[in-house]
Amino acid sequence: MKWLLVAIIAVSNTLGDVLNTAGMKRQGEVEDLRPRSFAVMVKRILRNPLVLGGFAALAVSFFALLSLLSISSVSFAVPATAISYLLETLLAKYILGEDVRLRRWAAATLVAIGVVMLSF
Amino acid sequence: MQALSLKPAVGMKFRQGHARKTQILVLVVIITNVLGNVSLSHGMHQVGRIVSASPLDYLRAFANPWTALGICVLVVWILSDLALLSRADLSFVLPVTASAYVLVAIGGHFILHDHISWERWTGIAFITLGAILAEETPDRTTKRPAERAP
Repeated sequence: MKWLLVAIIAVSNTLGDVLNTAGMKRQGEVEDLRPRSFAVMVKRILRNPLVLGGFAALAVSFFALLSLLSISSVSFAVPATAISYLLETLLAKYILGEDVRLRRWAAATLVAIGVVMLSF
Repeated sequence: MQALSLKPAVGMKFRQGHARKTQILVLVVIITNVLGNVSLSHGMHQVGRIVSASPLDYLRAFANPWTALGICVLVVWILSDLALLSRADLSFVLPVTASAYVLVAIGGHFILHDHISWERWTGIAFITLGAILAEETPDRTTKRPAERAP
């Protein structure tokens, strides 16, 4: 059960971030940092199925995390976070079409290992 | 999209200004993530453990000023994170914003005098190195929708 929840958290978290990135890219860049630009962004998000789908996936991840925390310690949630970093980088390359080369793979791997080490 | 309406002569300046705004957003995302979570966690510790499934108990938690502040700051975090994802690659944003873990650990050490074991120091070093490596790559490698059109 614990590992099933870890898998659900990792997959839904990854899916949420990838959908949000795809949706935000399609919606267009937030050009400046004025509150007005953010208001326009929120208005567009409400009609953006990709980002709304991303929110739904992140909500699944959040509630799975709550369930996991209720049956095990926080340290059990760490592998899910670490896996997400690698899985998201993989999907960023193959689904979002980002130029992921050695440097970014190294960055994602170092962060994933670092997150695990930090939980000790 | 605005990039296309600018003359090529100012393209370089636009890129520098663009990168600067993305860097500011990265900082906002990291800082609001740390402050929001610390504030929320502080508030929830004051509220105590919620074991009931009643929404009323959760609403009561929101009445705590630290919890309320934490939620407001996390809303800013979500919005700035989405704005950042509209401008930069996911594979760039993830390692760079992971610096938030480092800030929480270092902040806990110097403010709350948390002990940091050698494993945790190694973790801090790894994440920092990962963030620096990603920061050295271009923030966006995919084309903007307007550029994709033939």
